[in-house]
Parts: sequence; structure tokens; C-alpha cells
Amino acid sequence: MPLNIRTYHDLTEPDRSGLPGQIGAQRRRVAERLATVARVVAVMSGKGGVGKSFVTAQLARALARAGRAVGVLDADLNGPTAPQLLRLPAARCTLHDGIIDPAVSPEGVRCFSMALLLEDGRPLAFRGPEAESFVWRGTLEAAALREFLADVAWGRLDVLLVDLPPGMQRFAELAELLPEPPPVVAVTIPTPQSEDAVRRALHAARERGAPCLGVIENMAGGPFAGDAGDALAREFGIPVLARVPFHPTDDVWDALVPKVESWR
Amino acid sequence: MKFLCVECDRQMAFEERQLPGDGTLAAAFRCPQCGRVVALLTNPMETQLVASLGVKIGGATLPPQPLEMVRGMVTTGRDDAFEESREKGEGRGLIWSVEAQARLARVPGFVRGMVKRIYADYAKDRGIAEITPAVMDTARNELGLEGM
Repeated sequence: MPLNIRTYHDLTEPDRSGLPGQIGAQRRRVAERLATVARVVAVMSGKGGVGKSFVTAQLARALARAGRAVGVLDADLNGPTAPQLLRLPAARCTLHDGIIDPAVSPEGVRCFSMALLLEDGRPLAFRGPEAESFVWRGTLEAAALREFLADVAWGRLDVLLVDLPPGMQRFAELAELLPEPPPVVAVTIPTPQSEDAVRRALHAARERGAPCLGVIENMAGGPFAGDAGDALAREFGIPVLARVPFHPTDDVWDALVPKVESWR
Repeated sequence: MKFLCVECDRQMAFEERQLPGDGTLAAAFRCPQCGRVVALLTNPMETQLVASLGVKIGGATLPPQPLEMVRGMVTTGRDDAFEESREKGEGRGLIWSVEAQARLARVPGFVRGMVKRIYADYAKDRGIAEITPAVMDTARNELGLEGM
């Protein structure tokens, strides 16, 4: 005779742990912290090595030159480069009143990155049972992203650019943490291989309901053959926001600013 | 996760949590009708998974610290990554025993400021005048500081 056991939701007595409530509080903390940020934009690609971080940093610097309040959240936890690309001075992170201040570049770009926290040259490593780290490491990285969003006091920002690592996992985590999926800017290089990877990423972003603002073709006019920027723009009905040559001047990035304005 | 006393058909209530060692997290639940107590034991990987979610079994009792999970779990953080501003009146009148100070000094610099603040808040909330290793152990269990 099987036991007559009720379902989880049938049990309605007060639960002291209140785990769903704790998760809800985490989400509210993110929403409250980002209430002063006019727009979050994710810079993504499906492909590594196409220059997402470089594009993010240069776009942020151009926005700052144009007088916009801009922040960069470096969501590449394992290969963080934003502080170096933004030329941040070495400084300790200041904690006060339960929040942490972002670092500020000489041009006024606010930034937070795992690179600000790690010992020089050391990888991101977590305490825990090494043998089964594949089970929990992804969860810890998602939690780190949540804390970066919830605990860094960005202040009033016109744009917070989120520099995503290759692949789509971090984008999915970001979309889950925000009230709605953020608009994305896709970065590609001209090659068919990059086109293929970015296509997959753009489809994944669309399937989550994220608006695709356009594509930036990086390393254009150099040794890489192909027309990935145009092909992706046609396929997704989005603009090519910029074709960035090797060794671009500030003019290339400054020309992007009006397009950023039009996103609003 | 909930526990049902099948015999009484009653939801069991959270009783207490402990960190008995070797990465085990123990959470005890009691049947409000018959009084039977059962304990959930997690293995180190499961304990880690709970910690990585940033939730506390038994409920959160102190407000979250900034970057609490990152500071508590990252082992390659810079000792001088953070500069903690001292809030007015913080820790005033609180005594740290020599043993507690020695134990705190062994905590990596990356997380030491946060750990010190958590123990100080714990003592203040409970009217404890002196922080000793025993107080630190109790706080670890009660607050669910798996990684500290």
C-alpha cells in the first residue's frame, strides 16, 4: 500500500527558511540598484576573440567624451579586461553603507570588474570541493554577476554597457536577473565563421525577447575576408552600426554616439 | 524543500542548523504534532550549491553584505582589494578576545573586513560584549557562513 503523500504546494505552513522570498529579495535588490540607470545594453557575440571588450571600452569612452554618464560592467569573470582597456588607475574598492563604489576612469567611465578584485595574474578560483566543481561553478559565477548588479552603486547613468564573455550563458543569466532582457549590440569580425557564431547568439537573444540594436563589424578591411556584418544585418533586419578598422581613431567611436542616442 | 511527517501528515518546522564538519550542512526539522526530529545532511558539493545561491537555510538573519558571496567564496582575491569605511559607532565597546583576534588574523585579507563586520553585527544584535572563538563558532552555525 503506497503512502499517501501530498505535493510540495499542498504544504502551506509558514516556512522559516523562506527560500523563494530570499531569491525574490535578491532580485529586488538588483532592480533597486539599477533604478538610476536609464538603459542597460549588452555587448555580445557568440564568438571569442572578435573584440567585444575593446568595442565596449571604446564605445564607453566615446559616450563619456560626448558628456554622457556611462558605466561598464565587465561580465567576463574569467578573462576580465575592462579596467585595463579603460585605463583605470589602480585603486582599492570602497565599501560603505552596504554598497560598493565603481572605479572611475580618467574620462569618467564608471566600471566594475572581477579584475579589480583578483590578485595579479591569478585565475578566478572559488573555495569548494574540487572534484565536483562543474556542478556548482556556474551557479557561483551567476551569483557573482548578480552581486555586481545588486551591490555596485552606479549612480545616475545614461547607459550601462555590459561586456559579456563568449557564448550565451552569461547573457541568459543577465536576462534572468533584469526586469526584462536587455537590448544587445552584436560584435563580429568579417569571417563566415564569426558570422555563424554570432547568428546563433542573435537567435538566442531574440528567442529570449531581447531587442537587437545592431551589429558592429570589428577588424574590417584587414586580413579577414567576408561580409559577416552585412549578412547578419540583412538576416536580422538590424543596422550595421559601425565597421571598425584595425587601429581605429576616436572618430570611428564618436560616430557611434548618435546611434546610441537613437536607441533611447 | 519541505519535510512532511508522513505519520502525522504535518509539515515539519525548521528547528536549527549546524555545520558539524567536513563540509556537511545539517538542518534539523521537527514535527509540530508528534515532536519527531529529522536532520537533512548535505554533502560538501550540495553545501556548496546552497552557498552559491546566496540563500540561508533557516532564513537570513542579518542584512546582506556587499559582494558577500564573492568575498566569501573567491580564493584568489587581492588582500588589499577593499577599503571599508568605518560607520559611526560601529563596534564601539565591543571586545575581541586575544584568541578571537588571532583567529580573525588568519582570515584572508580579501574577506577579513566583511567577516569582522558580520561577527560584530551578530554580537551587537545579541548584546554580546566580548567576541570569543566560541561566539564565532555559534555565529557561523546560526548565520550559515558556510564559506567562512
